[in-house]
Amino acid sequence: MTQTTIPSPQTPWATSFQQRLNTAGLIALGAVLAGVAVKTTGLSGKLGFAVSFFFIASLLIFIQQLRLRDMAAAKDSLLSSFASLAIVLTLIPIISIVSTVVIRGYQGIHFGMFANDMTMASVNDPVTAGGLLHALVGTIIMVGVALLISFPIGLLTALYLTEIRGKLARPIKFLVQAMSGVPSIVAGLFILSILVIPVTQELTGLMGSLALSILMIPTIARTAEEMLLLIPNDLREAGVALGATQWRTVSGVVVPAARSGLVTAVILGIARIIGETAPILLVSGGADALNFNPASGPMGSLPFYIWKAFLTGGTEEAYARAWGGMLILLILIISLFSLARYLSGRKVA
Amino acid sequence: MQATTPSSLASVANNREQRVPGTNLLGTGLETRGVHAWFGKKHVLSDVSLDFAAGTVTALIGPSGCGKSTYLRTLNRMHEFIPTAALAGEVLLDGQDIYAAGTDVTKIRLKVGMVFQKPNPFPSMTIGENVLSGLKLAQLKKSNTDELLESCLVRAGLWSEVKDRLSEHGGALSGGQQQRLCIARSLAVEPQVLLMDEPCSALDPGSTFRIEETISELAKSMTIVIVTHNMQQAARVSDYTAFFLSDGGPGVMVETAPTSKIFSSPTDKRTEDYVTGRFG
Repeated sequence: MTQTTIPSPQTPWATSFQQRLNTAGLIALGAVLAGVAVKTTGLSGKLGFAVSFFFIASLLIFIQQLRLRDMAAAKDSLLSSFASLAIVLTLIPIISIVSTVVIRGYQGIHFGMFANDMTMASVNDPVTAGGLLHALVGTIIMVGVALLISFPIGLLTALYLTEIRGKLARPIKFLVQAMSGVPSIVAGLFILSILVIPVTQELTGLMGSLALSILMIPTIARTAEEMLLLIPNDLREAGVALGATQWRTVSGVVVPAARSGLVTAVILGIARIIGETAPILLVSGGADALNFNPASGPMGSLPFYIWKAFLTGGTEEAYARAWGGMLILLILIISLFSLARYLSGRKVA
Repeated sequence: MQATTPSSLASVANNREQRVPGTNLLGTGLETRGVHAWFGKKHVLSDVSLDFAAGTVTALIGPSGCGKSTYLRTLNRMHEFIPTAALAGEVLLDGQDIYAAGTDVTKIRLKVGMVFQKPNPFPSMTIGENVLSGLKLAQLKKSNTDELLESCLVRAGLWSEVKDRLSEHGGALSGGQQQRLCIARSLAVEPQVLLMDEPCSALDPGSTFRIEETISELAKSMTIVIVTHNMQQAARVSDYTAFFLSDGGPGVMVETAPTSKIFSSPTDKRTEDYVTGRFG
């Protein structure tokens, strides 16, 4: 029996260390030349540096590729340069927003804020006075009630579009798409004018939930529809061929198969509305006191808390308080999106 | 694939243990009278009349697009699952037209089960739940489901491979095992007819062999209709063969006969051309 020697695994297609070093050197050279350009020519400031750096570095890599290989590779490298530029341009605002909120909000955070509301404090008091318990509770209750209203309606709409496929499916699909573009203040005004003013004559958390539902239903319906369309038709046929009615097939086979996708739909729906400010301002009143009852009395919320601190306060303390509220809201939204990614990434099996 | 000559196929068909039609009768069987089918305005199947005696295996063969799968789906009313579908003619199960007004379509599909081309176990269910899913979906009450679970998996030839992993998900099985799981699933509601739409076309030869064994085993207690592109398979498993063909117009059933006759001395020239591999 012959002994076979197992070769060590190779990746001959990968960029070699030497090549990486060369490219890094060219980019560094580009930075130096850009610095020289800013010093010696009319270009000035950070923007001048960034623009000249990008063009000089792209040009250097282009020439390197042209010398080492050919025109096609050089053009290829130019496309890579522009793609990298696009990535940087996309990331700048995101990183800038998140870092600003974290740096400024950090000063407005303290543990007492999760135990107190604003009944005994004014926005201009030191940030350690009062807290945002009422706002956090109000946001969670209003979003929770909005979810209870929106999920069944959104899911049933999606089932009508994908499973029943009735005669009205096309116009309804169009309406749902159009509704997802409704400005949030319109949703607030709608509830204000058809429910609050003529009927209840009271600003409550429930009214806020209803306004949020108008925004949430289209998001859930559209996402759920996409998730249900991913379920292969084979499964529906298999269910029906076993002697199940359409309803049993949908509830026993199709919806369970789409479960993780439907969780994603819910979380995207929540993330869509959790930071909405305009409808909340119009119909939920906005309170400084803790209120657990959505059916009676005004209710606070995180966006309202931020809005009030910014608008009615004038001191550094008030601004710090607002940034703190934003940080909490941002953490809530980022955790929801991470949860959605985690749940939708998990295999059903 | 080995060379396909009519004599070799005929000998395959002859060497198989012959089943006698009419033994182990569960019902008087399934028959169709002048079945036509349409999708929208397109006439895809014309005037098919066939008898499927209880306890036999019938193979439907023919080139792609000849309407054999469409015909198969008319037998348990899966045809109407396609929105533009239309139909004419009668499909009689135990002498009753399954398309008669007032017929409960779910009851028909309980009696006439189906196995699809692509294995399609339910992804949200475990292996055990998949087998018993028909009971739950059709809301049938069964006592002693453990026994049923085992007997279905045994008859589908899968029991020894999965008996220790019934709570795993069906997606973890190989393609051939998944297809046998789907067969076990359709057995759990105790159909009297089983329709198989190219059940082995997505499987390797080893899995195909296991499924053919399963078919021979099942034929002792039920009527089986199988659509296949594999003429060797038709010769190996079926008692009767029906040859379908479309000349651009709607598909027609050219000839039906005992399988050994179809592969040795077909009456129609077109059948002979097809089984000898001269076209298709």
